[in-house]
Amino acid sequence: MSTVAIDLTCVRKSYGDKIVVNGLSFAVASGECFGLLGPNGAGKSTIARMVLGMVAPDTGKMTVLGEPVPARARLARARIGVVPQFDNLELEFTVRENLLVFGRYFNMSAREVEAVVPELLEFARLESKADARVAELSGGMKRRLTLARALINDPHLLVMDEPTTGLDPHARHLIWERLRLLLARGKTILLTTHFMEEAERLCDRLCVLEAGRKIAEGEPRALIDEQIGCQVIEIYGGNPHELSSLIRPYARHIEVSGETLFCYAPDPEQVLVQLRGRAGLRLLQRPANLEDVFLRLTGREMER
Amino acid sequence: MREGYAAVMPANAYNWVAVWRRNFLAWRKVALASVLGNLADPMTNLFGLGFGLGIIVGLIDGTSYIAFLAGGMVATSAMTAATFETMYAAFARMRAQRTWEAILCTQLTLGDIVLGELAWAATKAVLAGTAIAVVAATLGYAAWASILYSIPAIAITGFVFASLAMVVVSLAPSYDYFVFYQTLVVTPMVFLCGAVFPVSQMPSAFQRVAGLLPLAHSVDLIRPVMLGLPAGGIGLHIGALCMYAVLPFFLSIALFRRRLMR
Repeated sequence: MSTVAIDLTCVRKSYGDKIVVNGLSFAVASGECFGLLGPNGAGKSTIARMVLGMVAPDTGKMTVLGEPVPARARLARARIGVVPQFDNLELEFTVRENLLVFGRYFNMSAREVEAVVPELLEFARLESKADARVAELSGGMKRRLTLARALINDPHLLVMDEPTTGLDPHARHLIWERLRLLLARGKTILLTTHFMEEAERLCDRLCVLEAGRKIAEGEPRALIDEQIGCQVIEIYGGNPHELSSLIRPYARHIEVSGETLFCYAPDPEQVLVQLRGRAGLRLLQRPANLEDVFLRLTGREMER
Repeated sequence: MREGYAAVMPANAYNWVAVWRRNFLAWRKVALASVLGNLADPMTNLFGLGFGLGIIVGLIDGTSYIAFLAGGMVATSAMTAATFETMYAAFARMRAQRTWEAILCTQLTLGDIVLGELAWAATKAVLAGTAIAVVAATLGYAAWASILYSIPAIAITGFVFASLAMVVVSLAPSYDYFVFYQTLVVTPMVFLCGAVFPVSQMPSAFQRVAGLLPLAHSVDLIRPVMLGLPAGGIGLHIGALCMYAVLPFFLSIALFRRRLMR
């Protein structure tokens, strides 16, 4: 197998006048976790669907696991596992039946499925739920079953569309831990997310999207250093415009978003000195993160 | 563009079986209610019309009215079972239940899914049609062996109406639109196609229309078998039914591609 798992070249897709993917190119190497990061409507899901051959691009070239997509997407999908944005498990079936039925879609015999079920249940921490109806499972358990189901064909590549959206923090951390385990086993992951934390924790490299266009690409840490490269002070309360003129001499850059003022300061102490003694201000000093990168690049916060 | 359509057609001769088996597993969990539901309507028609009208009508072509009606009801129940399975259950699997969406993430194609759904709807048509035939045979209105011979005709009837309903499903924005197909196409066909009275009773213009409708070909295949009479034009009937099964099948795949894969 080639070392490039996914290769997109100048891919473009529009619905009527609306351009959803705008001349996008990126390559995902085998064994890496590549993130598509952007707000809702940035085109992340459309790109994930394109990789699976479910959406044909208007122009551009795509290769997934060595197969031209969408023409031979079926052959690529045989070696892909998918975690969709919305659960589409069989609610009336048991956990075991869900895996059995899904295995058949990959032409696996009942015996072949039976052979991998215990391992998958253990991976998803659902050993005690094998014969429970899916409708009875919690949201986190359903998500883990979806992940286990995506592994039934022992895929090279996992395509995950917002895998932890709608989960509580505990369930989310469990999924992240499982995904790191898969990466350690050498799986390739294409992940779409609007959680900066998720992208920072999991992705080797990521591509920041806005309105179907790539606005940055690289390793999360490198992107943060390159775009921000200093501490951040968030300031709530007070008049953002008045405050920004006060601290501007000490800041590398200032962004105002809603009621919050983001001050990127190489020397945060100096900024804090300026603000000391002002009533009604709440201050938070923290290291820069991808959220700041996005704000810096687009001038606005990610929608949640 | 042509390449795009090729990629969604059935990938091979056996992928559809996985879809059929998924539906069979789901059906097994509710089999009793499902079978009763499928049988109630045609049974009511058979006995209600058969005994009620039978007294007034007397003999048709030398057989009792209820025996004449039995063949029509077998074809009708196959039509109804396949139509409803496709319109409501398959539509739910495409939309609300997201079953198709999950399957499209595997190595199956849209064509594999549609073929599996058609085969499943035809299976339910065979169950429903055969059950009516069994009742008719039990009451002495048809020979037992005739049931065996009529099963292929019942199955192809199921395929035809599943295939036609699939086109409706591929176009319908919601469940509400199915009622038009049901009241404007399915129900009139019962009366136009000789299921409850001979086509020869109608004005010749209607008879010509009936000759084009799929249910007429089904009835003309099934009734003579059940009554033990010689059937004419078998090749024509089978050919017409095959066309009605195959053309909408490909049309619906093309329409689903536009709907689901854009």
